[in-house]
Parts: sequence; C-alpha cells; structure tokens
Amino acid sequence: MSGGGELLLEARDIVKQFGEVKANDHVNFQINKGEIHALLGENGAGKSTLVKILYGALAPNAGQILWQGKPVTINNPGKARDLGIGMVFQHFSLFDALNVVENIALALSAKEDLGALAEKVRIVSAEYGLPLDPYAIVADLSVGERQRIEIVRCLLQEPTLLIMDEPTSVLTPQEADQLFETLKRLTQEGCAILYISHRLEEVKNLCHNATILRHGKVVGSCDPQLETPATLARMMVGAEIDIVKSSDNQANVGQTRLALNDLSLSQDGPFSVALKNVNLDVQAGELVAIAGIAGNGQSELFDALSGERRAAKQSAIVVDQQEFGQKGISERRKAGVAFVPEERLGHGAVPGMLLSENVILTRHADDADIVSGGMVRTGHAEQMEKDIKTRFDVRMSHDNPEARALSGGNLQKFVVGRELLRNPGVLIVNQPTWGVDAGAAAVIRQALIDLARSGSAVLVLSQDLDEIFEIADRIAVISRGQLSEAEPAVDMTREKIGLLMGGLGEKPEADSHAA
Amino acid sequence: MRLELEKRSEHSKAMAILSPLLAIALTVIFGAFLFASLGINPLKGLYAYFIEPLTAGWSLEELAVKATPLVLIGCGLSVCYLSNNWNIGAEGQFTMGAVFGCVFPIVFYEWESPLTLPAMLIFGILGGMAWAAIPAFLKTRFGTNEILTSLMLVYVAQLFLDWLVRGPWRDPDGFNFPESRLFSDATILPNLAEGRMHWGTIFAIVVVLVMAVMLAKSLKGFEIRVLGQAPRAGRFAGFSQKRMVWFAFLLSGGLAGLAGISEVSGTVGQLTPVISPGYGFTAIIVAFLGRLNPIGVLLAGLLLALSYLGGEAAQVQLGTSDKTTRVFQGMLLFFVLACDTLILYRIRFRRASAPAAGGRSA
Amino acid sequence: MSEAEAILLTIITAATPLLLAAIGELVVERSGVLNLGVEGMMIVGAVAGFAGAHATGSTTAGVLAALVAGVVMAALFGFLTLQLVTNQVATGLALTLLGLGLSGMIGEAFIGEPGQDLPQLAIPGLSDLPLIGPLLFGQDALVYLSVALVFFVSWLLFKSRYGLIIRAVGNNHTSAHALGYSVIRVRFLCVLFGGACAGLAGGYLSLAYTPQWIEGMTAGRGWIALALVVFASWRPQRIALGAYLFGAVTILQFHAQAYGIAIPSQFLSALPYIATVVVLVIISRNRDLTRANTPACLAQPFVPDR
Repeated sequence: MSGGGELLLEARDIVKQFGEVKANDHVNFQINKGEIHALLGENGAGKSTLVKILYGALAPNAGQILWQGKPVTINNPGKARDLGIGMVFQHFSLFDALNVVENIALALSAKEDLGALAEKVRIVSAEYGLPLDPYAIVADLSVGERQRIEIVRCLLQEPTLLIMDEPTSVLTPQEADQLFETLKRLTQEGCAILYISHRLEEVKNLCHNATILRHGKVVGSCDPQLETPATLARMMVGAEIDIVKSSDNQANVGQTRLALNDLSLSQDGPFSVALKNVNLDVQAGELVAIAGIAGNGQSELFDALSGERRAAKQSAIVVDQQEFGQKGISERRKAGVAFVPEERLGHGAVPGMLLSENVILTRHADDADIVSGGMVRTGHAEQMEKDIKTRFDVRMSHDNPEARALSGGNLQKFVVGRELLRNPGVLIVNQPTWGVDAGAAAVIRQALIDLARSGSAVLVLSQDLDEIFEIADRIAVISRGQLSEAEPAVDMTREKIGLLMGGLGEKPEADSHAA
Repeated sequence: MRLELEKRSEHSKAMAILSPLLAIALTVIFGAFLFASLGINPLKGLYAYFIEPLTAGWSLEELAVKATPLVLIGCGLSVCYLSNNWNIGAEGQFTMGAVFGCVFPIVFYEWESPLTLPAMLIFGILGGMAWAAIPAFLKTRFGTNEILTSLMLVYVAQLFLDWLVRGPWRDPDGFNFPESRLFSDATILPNLAEGRMHWGTIFAIVVVLVMAVMLAKSLKGFEIRVLGQAPRAGRFAGFSQKRMVWFAFLLSGGLAGLAGISEVSGTVGQLTPVISPGYGFTAIIVAFLGRLNPIGVLLAGLLLALSYLGGEAAQVQLGTSDKTTRVFQGMLLFFVLACDTLILYRIRFRRASAPAAGGRSA
Repeated sequence: MSEAEAILLTIITAATPLLLAAIGELVVERSGVLNLGVEGMMIVGAVAGFAGAHATGSTTAGVLAALVAGVVMAALFGFLTLQLVTNQVATGLALTLLGLGLSGMIGEAFIGEPGQDLPQLAIPGLSDLPLIGPLLFGQDALVYLSVALVFFVSWLLFKSRYGLIIRAVGNNHTSAHALGYSVIRVRFLCVLFGGACAGLAGGYLSLAYTPQWIEGMTAGRGWIALALVVFASWRPQRIALGAYLFGAVTILQFHAQAYGIAIPSQFLSALPYIATVVVLVIISRNRDLTRANTPACLAQPFVPDR
C-alpha cells in the first residue's frame, strides 16, 4: 500500500514566534490524500505548534495554507472542521464533568439534537470497533476510552484529514495495534492522517512518508519504511545520541535497601486509584522500573513512597531496615531517600521561585548548612544551585533564574540533579524523562544508572517502554493499583508487559476483569 | 482594538516596584476626574486630600494613629494572602479583640495595676485569635470556604458589640447612651507625644520589623510563600497545609485583635457601637498595595491613613462627602490589581480589524 | 390578611433579592468565574434603582437603572479578571469595597428621601383567591422575574447549546479553547448576566423591600447569595429552595420580636449570618459531593495562547 495521491494540504513558509522563540521557522509541508504522514521531531521541535496552526488553534505570524490547491485562512478550529480537518489532541480536549455525547456535540459545528447524536455515536463507534456508551461521564472512563471519544468525535465529521498528536503514548501495545487497524481502514476510505510521534518503530511500520522537524525547521523528509529507527533518530536529533551505558550488574547486587510490604492506600477522591497490596524489593546496586499506562496508580504509589500520603501500616515501607510507612517526607529524606516527582512545575519545583530557593525546598530538613536556627542561609543555597548547574549541565539564560524560565529538559536536569547531589541511598523517580529532549534524557538516564551502580537502590516509574528497557535491571508493571512481580529485564518482552498493563497480573479476587 | 497578554519568562522586578506607584498615579488622575464631576477644582481637591494633612504636626500624629491599625492588620493579612488563605474578616477579629480586651476596664474596672494594661493587650490578641480560629477550624476540619465564613463572622461580631454596649456593658452613669464606661487611666495606652499618637504605633513598627525578617529570612517565611504559590510543592517539601491555615489565621487574627484593643484603649477610651471606620477592610487594600511585604504595608498603611485624614479635611473644606474616601480606596485597589498584571505579563494591543495572521501573506 | 399569609408574603419579599443575586452568580460560577463582588454590584444597583426612580418618577426606570448599574460594575470586574487576568478573589473584594464607597457617595443626597414602591401586578380574578391569591398572583414584577429566571437558567444550562458551552468552559477552559470556543467572551457574557441579576437584586431592595435609600442596605445579602450558590451545589432549583429558606430565617427574627420572645434583637439579627456559616459547613462536610459539582476551573486564571 502506498500513499501516493493528489495533494490535499500544503503549508508554505509557516512562521510562529512565542516571545523570542521561533517555534516554527519557515516550515514547508505537504500531505497527500489517503496517506499516513509522520511528523517527527524531539520535544520542542515545533510539531505541536505546526498542527495547532493547521487546526486553527494557533495563528501563525506568517505563511500560507493551501487546501486542495486553494489558499485558505484557518483562523479557528471550527473553520478547520468545516474544511474536513479533525484532530485528536495528545492531552485530550475533553470535559470530565460532561458525558460522552455532550463532549462530542461540543466539537461539531452543526447544532444537532443530542438524542439523535447519541444514536449516531453508538453506530459509528461500533462500526470502527471503538465501543462507547454515549451517556457515560468522561471522568469515569479509562484513558483508552477517552481517546476513543476523541477519535469518534473526528470520525463523525467524516474528515478528509485527521491529525493525531502522540496517540499511542497512552495506550498499551495491544490497544495501539487496534488503533493502527482503525487508521489503516480510514486511509482506505481516502482519509489522510497526519501522525505525530517520537516512537520511531511505530512510525516505520505505519507511515508512508515522514517530515522531520528540528528547532522549528524542516530538516528533511523521507520514506520511513526505507529507514531504520537509528537513522530516523539521527535526523531528529541532528547528532548521534550517546548510548546509555548499562553494565550488567547481577554480581554487584547487595542487600535490600527499599522494601514495600503489602502497601495499600485507599482511594482519595473520585478521580484517584487505590493501591492494593503492593510488594516490591529494591536491592543496593539495582535499578527497578515500574511500567504502566498513565493513571493506574503511579502518582498514588509515588505519594505513598514519598510520605505525602501515609500508609496504613508503619511496616509497609522499609528503608535500610527502618520502617517509614507512616512517617513524613522530611524523615524519609533524613534517612537518605530522595524523590523526583512527575510534575516538575508545581510539585518538584515552585515555578515562581528562584532555583536557589527551589534547592531549599527539598533540602531544608536534612542539611544544617541550609537552615539553621529556623533561618535560611541563602548563600549556601546559591552555591548548591551553581554546583547542580555545572555538574548536570543545566542551561539558563542568566544565573539563578526562576524555575519556570527553564525549558522542560533543563528543569528536569535541575530537579534530578538536586536530589543526586546528596548521594541518596534510595532514589525514587516518577517519569524521569517525560517531555524532555533526547540529549537531556540521555544525561538523566545515565545518571540514574551510575547512581545505582554506586550502591544505591533506584526505583523508576515510567510510561516509556523504550526507556525502561534501556535502563532497568528488573521490571514490574502497575495496573489499576496492583503491582506485578518484578522480573529481570532480560526475561521481559513488550508483549508480556502489554498484557500485564491490560490487567493480566491483577489478582482475580480483586477484580474479575483480569481474564 | 484587542488586548492580549504575553507571559514574561520571569517576574519583572522593575514592575514589582513600579506597579503600586502606577496604581497610585492612576488613582490620583481618576480622583481629579471625580472631583471635577462633583464640581470641585481637581487641584484644590487633591491638595486638600493628599497634601494638606501632611503640613501640620498634629495631623502627622493623627496620620500615625490611623495608620497603626491598618499596618497591624495589613501585616497579618499579608501572611494570609501570601499563603493563599483568604481571611477577609479582619474587621470582625478587630472588633472581638477590642471586646475581649475591654473585659478589664469595663467588667473588672476596679482592678488597677501595672498588669492591667498588658492583660488587656493579651486578651485583645486572644480575642482576635479566637474569632479567626473559627474559619480556620472550619476550613481545616470540613473544608469550608474561609472567605464566606470569615466575612459572615464580621457581622456577628459587630452585632455582638452592639448588644454589649447597649445592654450589659452600657455605662450606668451614661444617660442611656449606647456607650461603655470611660476607661480609667491605668487601662489607657499611654500617648507618645502631645497629640493622640499612642503606644500602638510602636507595636506596629515592631511587628513590621519582625515580620519583614521572618518573611525574608526564616524558614517559616519560605514555607508561607511555597504553600501559597504551589501547595503540592509545599507538601513535597514536608510542609503542612493545615498547620499553615492555623498559623495564618491565628497570626492575622491576633494582630487584628491587638489593633482593636490598641484602638479602643489608645484612641477612643471607651467602647462604642462602632469602633472602626472599616479598618479591617481597608487593611485588605493596604496589604495588596504593599505587595504583601511588611515594609510595603507600612508605606501603604500611611497612604491609606492619609486618605482617611484627607477625607475628613475635604469634608470640612470642600463639603464633599466622607464617602469619597472609600471611593478613593476602592479605586486604588482596582488599579493595584490591574497594574500587578504587568509584573507577570506584557500587554499588547492588536487591531481587531486586522485579518487573522494565517491569511496575511495570501 | 391572616397572620400566616403575612408571614409567607414577607418571606417571599426577603427571599427575592437573594434569589435574584444567587441565580446570576450561579451562571457566572458555572462558566468558571468567581465574582465575590455581588455585594458591591447589588448595593450600586440599589442606589441606582432609587436614583432612577427618584429622577424620573417611574419605578420601571428605576429597575432599568439598577440593572444597568449592575452590568457596568460587572463589566469592570470582567475586564480586570478576564482581560488582565487579575486574581478573582481580590478583584471581587475590590468590587465590593468600591461599590460600597460609590453607593455611599451617590446615595448621600437620597438619605431620608421618600421612595417609590414597585407596584404589585395584580392578575384580575386570580389575585382575589383566598390565601394563594395575594401570594402567587399579587406580587411585583421582580418577584415574578426571579422565579422565571430560575426556570430560564435551568433551561439555559441543561437544555440549550449555550448552556453546554458555558458548562464546558467552566469545566475545562483549555479544552474549550482548543475546540475553538472563545473562553473569555463566554465568561464575559456570563459575568455581565450575573451583574444584571445582582443589580436587579439591589433595585428590589430600594424599590420594594424597603422603598427608600439606606446606606449599606444590602447588609451582607450579596455574600449570603454567594453562599447560596455553594449550598445549591450549582443547581438552579436548589438556589430557589435555599433563597426561600434564608428568607424564612430573616423573617423569623422580626416575628420572634413581635411575639416578644426575650432574645436580644442583635442575636436575632445575627441569625442569617450564623445560618450561612452553618449551612456552608453542612455542605462542605460532604467533600465528594462538593468536589464533583464545583466547576473545575472556578477562579482559575486563563490566558489563551495564540
């Protein structure tokens, strides 16, 4: 199957500037009818900006868009939908408190009766193998079901161009395969698909053409089926990425430094997941990774580990033979545990505060040089900020800026570096490289491995399977608040992890869905 | 024309200082329009309001008298707002501080000792704290919105005071006027000079200095700012949100109570049905104009005290209503909030008639 | 007129301003904006209503003046919070302080002036029915309007497409923006609607409740209206229920005094305020309920990227 057809959409010389940053710098781009076209690039390369312009959600500073050969002005998403352009957003554009039909009605320009629309939703969703209950409230649905709403919402408009922003990042491998079938069927019906991803393997298997963006510019285009993931990666990044070096460490594994014993946590509010009897050991010298689809209890597990939420039993969390289940985060830090949460801004760091103040954030309890007698010693915090900056190559426009002035990758290096600087005996990291460019991701992953090899226990929660296979010694999977047995990485396959993500590892008495 | 905001990558330090000044300038300009619309020569009006009161020694003392409660309350409210606790019931805490403190000069009026005055002050602080503890308890225990509860308690406190001075605490020799007995000398906060300036001013200055150090240098100050800006990060740092609610409410309530008892004991000398021209609400403006910084609160307190004095002066000289003062104060807060936008954003104007950029080069 | 009839009539009169102000604020909050300036808009509405009627001799003109005054105040709030993205809580407070000041200044001339009473719209035949006649069919236009607004707002929010958009904007402004809705425009219109309702509520006070101008005559009713919205967990019918309940509490004090119950009048006057606190506590005890009903974007700032 080849995607050759007539030209559907052409973007000429698109420029989009945010402040001093050129997110799109004279981008030229074409997509034909019936093709699946990949838009490749690192975080911050300008992919999302470009598709938001095509969808009318952002206005370009300069440039022209041609639709089927004619110049058009797409100044709002309604206009895009009228032309036949649909979009599935990476972070979804759904309304939690509303039901499925209402969510769909909001994206349709036609003012349709909700009852009739519900019927249509039922038919179309069944037809494409994306079953949906039209009257379910979105808040009650899984991430995969939410994505179905987004897709059905587009399908109802009978689009000629469907834009998909990182659609598989929230799916299990099996769910992703199902999505690919739907997409292939759509192209057979003549629909073109603009597919944004940084998962090179799936781009290679799925897409007919690829356009590669780097720093807001088009740096090339290719037929991904003729490339290897390695050559695609090189085009994306513009240089060879250092391969993370992970020596085999089975010989060095020492005693247990972190142990979870039947750790349970009740549901905290309508949108949270309960943890059910989580058991895990992490040894000195070892890096254990927990895989899972977003929203399966990762943040709850992190909160329990950090002490932001307390466990029911003191013995549920043991660090170096000491019980910490009900102790606060400061006491855990004093015992040599360090934490890196998923959200950089607002959790791991205070956006409006200087980096040096953000050092105080996690160091005030266990570092007498930073706080003594209830008073903060700013000079020392500033010195530590400089140390982190040089050791982890955190780039900033001037010294000691506010946290929010840093790019995602640099802030992540800072937040990880802040914890590494104290040589923690146990490090717990949630999504270490989420939304981080490849260069920074490599630095962070290497640092995590190095820490483990120096005798610490490192626990990583990640949704990125590539990352997990790159760094982990053992892998466990979290699904609806239950954790599977951690198994050596060499014994794990993507398929097996996918099945565990789908609930295979859950205990039957806890949930009958496990089969 | 359409207005658009562009986020700055960091807070603008220049704007943080300029914004209150800009707000004051805008208030003066609009004040001039206000006077003109009332048929008063704007220059004369502004002079009477903002310059005249500064020209005499007695009125400078009067300025301090008016600024004292504003600064005391404003400092406490700053901690509340910095930590994202919306205590807007300082007027009620002020009232209850006065009521509690007045137990000594009114009920135990026979007890006259050097300890009476300190006891009054402590009871005043406790009274304010007790009244502020109610919204704090309801917020931490049940998650009840503190804005509405703290405000409702203002009305309750005022009615309670009204009942006291018309009922059980009415001066038996007062010809049935709704007033308490006059305080004895031992229960009156000593004056500092010939005028009416009293010890409360010293309290205010000490509070400003202590709070300035606490907020800028101590871990507590850091904790206040972190929990206010990013509660999740605060929890990650090991700080307790609940304890901060209590801290902020008890501190601000205590300071409002201190202001209340100082006002009654230092300025009025007896309890009357109305003991405040809205200090507890004006202090909200003081806190924001002072950028929630104790030194700033001191300056802002002086400015708003000036607006009270100016209002009285203008009433006498120009025949304007004393309500003009409150219009000025309200306008000032509006402008302060509007100008604060400039600290985080740049403002751009776009002509609405311009075609959307997508078609510009077509 | 019987005793019971009189009590019921006064309950309706006491409830109407609360109902008007709260139903407007409900729409505002459903769109994700918290306007704490209800008290300010209301009092300016009250003075404008009185002034309008006083100047023209027409209560209709008074009602219109009250409405316009509320809208103007709301526009000020909307410009600051939506265009300049100022803190909604602080700006609402500012609106209240400004409103109290402005109304005091404007109203100085009217203190002690005789007012005009909004005429009752009697419906021939029906108004003469015993008991329910005067209660249901002998009220003034604003009472009817307040009840009609409850039905209108229910329909608007839950049956019309506009309501769907309002709820969507209040639930997730980022998504609404991504789908092409102008979050700021939707919210601005809601804020203006809220202002109109608060203005009318004020007008009702100075044209019907006590047809004269008294400084500070709203006496915290704007704040009680805000509490009613929480009490009603953002549902229009429950607003009506809450407003009449509070009307009853307010009226209770007068009748208790009339019966010579030996409680100081100040304690009775404090009842509505204490009741507000109690009601808020009862509602907030059920955290899941409040969390599920609160518009998710309430009081969150929104700056569209373009």
